[in-house]
Amino acid sequence: MAKLRVELVAPERQVWSGEADMVLARTLEGELGILPNHAPLFGALVEGGVVRVHESAGSEEVVAAVSGGFLSVTENRVSILAEYAELGQEVDVEEAHRALERALADADHDEEAQAEVERQRARLRASGQEV
Amino acid sequence: MGAQLRVIRGRIRSARAMGKITHAQELIASSRIITAQRRAAASAPYAREITRAVSALISYHPDIDHPLLVERSDARRAAMLLLTSDGGFCGGFNANLLREGEALAAKLRDEGKEPVIYVAGRKGIGWYRFRGRDIEREWSGFSGNPSYDRAEQIGQALVAAFSRPEEDGGVGEIHVVYTEFVSMLSQRPVIHRIVPLEVEEVEEGQETGEAGEAAAGGALPLYEFEPSPEEVLDRLLPSYIENRIWHMLLQSAASEHAARQRAMKSATDNANELVETLTRQANQARQAEITTEISEIVGGANALAAATAESE
Repeated sequence: MAKLRVELVAPERQVWSGEADMVLARTLEGELGILPNHAPLFGALVEGGVVRVHESAGSEEVVAAVSGGFLSVTENRVSILAEYAELGQEVDVEEAHRALERALADADHDEEAQAEVERQRARLRASGQEV
Repeated sequence: MGAQLRVIRGRIRSARAMGKITHAQELIASSRIITAQRRAAASAPYAREITRAVSALISYHPDIDHPLLVERSDARRAAMLLLTSDGGFCGGFNANLLREGEALAAKLRDEGKEPVIYVAGRKGIGWYRFRGRDIEREWSGFSGNPSYDRAEQIGQALVAAFSRPEEDGGVGEIHVVYTEFVSMLSQRPVIHRIVPLEVEEVEEGQETGEAGEAAAGGALPLYEFEPSPEEVLDRLLPSYIENRIWHMLLQSAASEHAARQRAMKSATDNANELVETLTRQANQARQAEITTEISEIVGGANALAAATAESE
């Protein structure tokens, strides 16, 4: 079966790239799974989302926290563009917890802080924590 | 030691010390160019993808109207963003850029638009302050090593100004003056209008659009947009503008380091040359001193000899 070529890119660097069987992401419309030979698609991802990439059967999946991003699918190439992207295994869990607390403290009256809460939650989810 | 010789030796010492400093700065600048180029290369994949997406969206949905894409013929105010450096010691880098900026300002005035100045970099801020001109917004402290946050901040400020009506201090156009990094030896200031947007085509060339080879570059894909083309465009365009500014910041940083490296190299060469000339002068002065001393001694001895001969 054809494989997907996946690129996860942030403005400053390429975060991850490789081949995969399936990519899961959440766009503004809802959860979306991409399999090989998907039609060309361009979607806006939710703020503070988690992207999962299944490399192949049996191997572990690659999980990344992504925010302010887009997903583009063409000819079995999947590009995830994000203003901010971090792999789950790179997340500093303690630091993310602290950042989440800080954001929660002033989340009630501030839209920006609310978005920050979502971002930190996504980082924690990507690193395998329950939030 | 004679007075002249002492003065010259002092100058040699200071020229040599200056040469050491400029040489160190030259080395620092050349290592930073490499870092800056690497960052520019690392930012390329994102820039490529976002440009493709914007081009595809606009070419397949020409009916979409977005304020950022619409030419305003009645624009009376135009924003100018100048990307200058924070530090000096970089040759004509800032002077060339500011001259280009002045040319743009004159052109805008000819067209009946009032230029509104946005400056990044301490040198540019100083230049405008000294001339007592108004600066709408200024940013500094990152010219040699920009971060994406800065591009975001600048992009948001500019887009916000564009979205306001002109009576409220808004603008109808946004231009950026920055220094393009052509090569290590050549950097040139360029003017670029970012809003209203003209999307630059993807470089790989669009005509070779056989479906099979379209994967790497080639024809723009006929995307489905989720949630809708309008909404995606709404989110995509600000990101695209931030990305263009980010690209310009990186180019400008690489150019700054290259200009500094070149300026410091010629300063080092000059210092070395000066040391050589001064050493020659010092040698001459030293010889002249010795000659004088010898003739004084000989003269003294002769006088003594003459005096003894007389007394006998």
